[in-house]
Amino acid sequence: MAGKAGLFDLRWIIALLFGVYGVVLTVVGIGFTTEADLAKAGGLNINLWSGIGMLVMTGLFALWASLRPIIVPEDAAGTPMS
Amino acid sequence: MLSATDLRLHADALDYSLLGLYFVVVLGIGYMARRSVSTSLDFLLSGRSLPAWVTGLAFISANLGALEIFGMSASGAQYGLPTMHYFWIGAVPAMVFLGLVMMPFYYGSKVRSVPEFLLRRFGKGAHLVNAISFALAAVLIAGVNLFALATVVNVLLGWPLSLSIIVAGLVVLAYTTLGGLSAAIYNEVLQFFVIVAMLLPLTIAGLHKVGGWQGLTEKITANNANAAEQLNSWPGNNITGLGDSVLSVIGLVFGLGFVLSFGYWTTNFAEVQRALSAKDMSAARRTPLIGAYPKALIALIVIIPGMLAAVLVPELDKAKATLLADPGAHTEVNFNNALQLLIRDLLPNGMLGIAITGLLAAFMAGMAANISSLNTVFTYDIWQSYVKKDKPDDYYLKVGRWVTVVGTFIAMGTAAIAGGYNNIMDYVQTLFSFFNAPLFATFILGMFWKRMTPAAGWAGLVAGTLAALTIDLLVRAGVLELAGQGPAFVGASAAFVVDILVSVVVSLATRPKPDSELAGLVWSLTPKADRTQLAVGENAAWYRSPVLLGTGALVLTAALNIIFW
Repeated sequence: MAGKAGLFDLRWIIALLFGVYGVVLTVVGIGFTTEADLAKAGGLNINLWSGIGMLVMTGLFALWASLRPIIVPEDAAGTPMS
Repeated sequence: MLSATDLRLHADALDYSLLGLYFVVVLGIGYMARRSVSTSLDFLLSGRSLPAWVTGLAFISANLGALEIFGMSASGAQYGLPTMHYFWIGAVPAMVFLGLVMMPFYYGSKVRSVPEFLLRRFGKGAHLVNAISFALAAVLIAGVNLFALATVVNVLLGWPLSLSIIVAGLVVLAYTTLGGLSAAIYNEVLQFFVIVAMLLPLTIAGLHKVGGWQGLTEKITANNANAAEQLNSWPGNNITGLGDSVLSVIGLVFGLGFVLSFGYWTTNFAEVQRALSAKDMSAARRTPLIGAYPKALIALIVIIPGMLAAVLVPELDKAKATLLADPGAHTEVNFNNALQLLIRDLLPNGMLGIAITGLLAAFMAGMAANISSLNTVFTYDIWQSYVKKDKPDDYYLKVGRWVTVVGTFIAMGTAAIAGGYNNIMDYVQTLFSFFNAPLFATFILGMFWKRMTPAAGWAGLVAGTLAALTIDLLVRAGVLELAGQGPAFVGASAAFVVDILVSVVVSLATRPKPDSELAGLVWSLTPKADRTQLAVGENAAWYRSPVLLGTGALVLTAALNIIFW
């Protein structure tokens, strides 16, 4: 019963979504930020810093998912999972 | 909406693409989750297979709807730090209690829903009363979430209200019918991170602009006569409306901290369902405990932006001064606009797209939680128990899918009821006073007093709900003079007290169930070994000890209270 779950690993989906968000925001932050954008948040490049933050998060989730992958047991109950 | 154009967020193609990507992922999860759904238990309880960090984040995400985020940031803008109590004293202790004391009964008895627990403990009367009242509450509250979202989409993006309601409802419908509870829960976890990705940068950018925490306190002190009340979480006179500090503290601890918060967090099936879908007893107990940490911390990035908006956004600063002088004054913007005004003023395109995504995600989290819990209760507790018994499992799987569809369309209708209230938070609290307060009373008495009888089970629930309903009618008729959320608080307390009294009186007059039928359902008749999980294998790890996790959550909350005293 536990084995059939075949649940795709949510951690990779989180890593994927925030990986794309992180890259886009970092690129926008570095290359397409105007003075007006900067002035909005009192000189803080919010896109760049959020982008970097999201890339760090992506890295952490990817690391966690690859170090402790979901093991789907053959038949036993109690699916080990981080 | 006097100034809709002022509130519009100027989203560009980039922002819409980021939003679009999110919807692709959400629907993708629904599609992929479908492949793992083969029985009704898979669909309605995720086959009891989810790890604790997933159910823990879903547990708080189910509650972190648009209402919560908008309501609490608005309250932060208006009242300041005392708003934190809704998260700290108003949630964390109840979540720890649920994990340590109540979850062993819920999960250990292998029930599939909160009403089913009542069936086992009290028999059919209490079961049917609760199943119907829960189903009713679920569609009403789903309607509130739908309305809240539609208002946001309407104001932010300029889509018409009715179109927003329909489009948003259809997206939730698509992923919950496809993948059932797994899809709803997985998306809730994703939503949690997107919501944090919206709020955290917003808080940091706001604090940077205002000159840090010191800059914020200086501005609030300079602009407000009652700055001391806004900058100290205790005694919170401004939020309880009680001038006397001792009474105010008592009101917070017993009113908010006990009746309302324990009633909501320990019996609301939309929450408890997340823990029931965990893979084992240890994971089920850890679900609310793991949720307690982000719950305590997220208060900071919901409420501080509200406080920032009130000093950084000129229109809101002005409105706040006007409203402090005269609460009935008509202003151009109000506290409900705090978050969107701050987003408009601080975030450039790019982060703006993330923020809009976060707002939509917040709404969907609340609605999906209501719809997916409605599914389970309607399918198992009404349809299978009273209408069509003994059908093959795939019949109930089909019923579950249909309930999702019908429930969503009803919610589109109940959204209109929510629209009739000036302050949606008042409406929600009133609903809680009808449904949750009596249920909590029945639960707590039934779990700890084995003498409580089946007849007392349903009589207490009915009497409690009627008590809350009576208070509401008296307030509407003008007999009782209570303002704001006062009627809901009084109604909840009345429901709790009346439920206990009626239950005790009826119990003493009727015959209890024999002890043998109550094992695993009542504290004193459940051996200690059955109440605790087996600390073997991976669950033996010290960081997976429920007691340790619970204590840690309480220590964290106490520390936050001291820091923001």
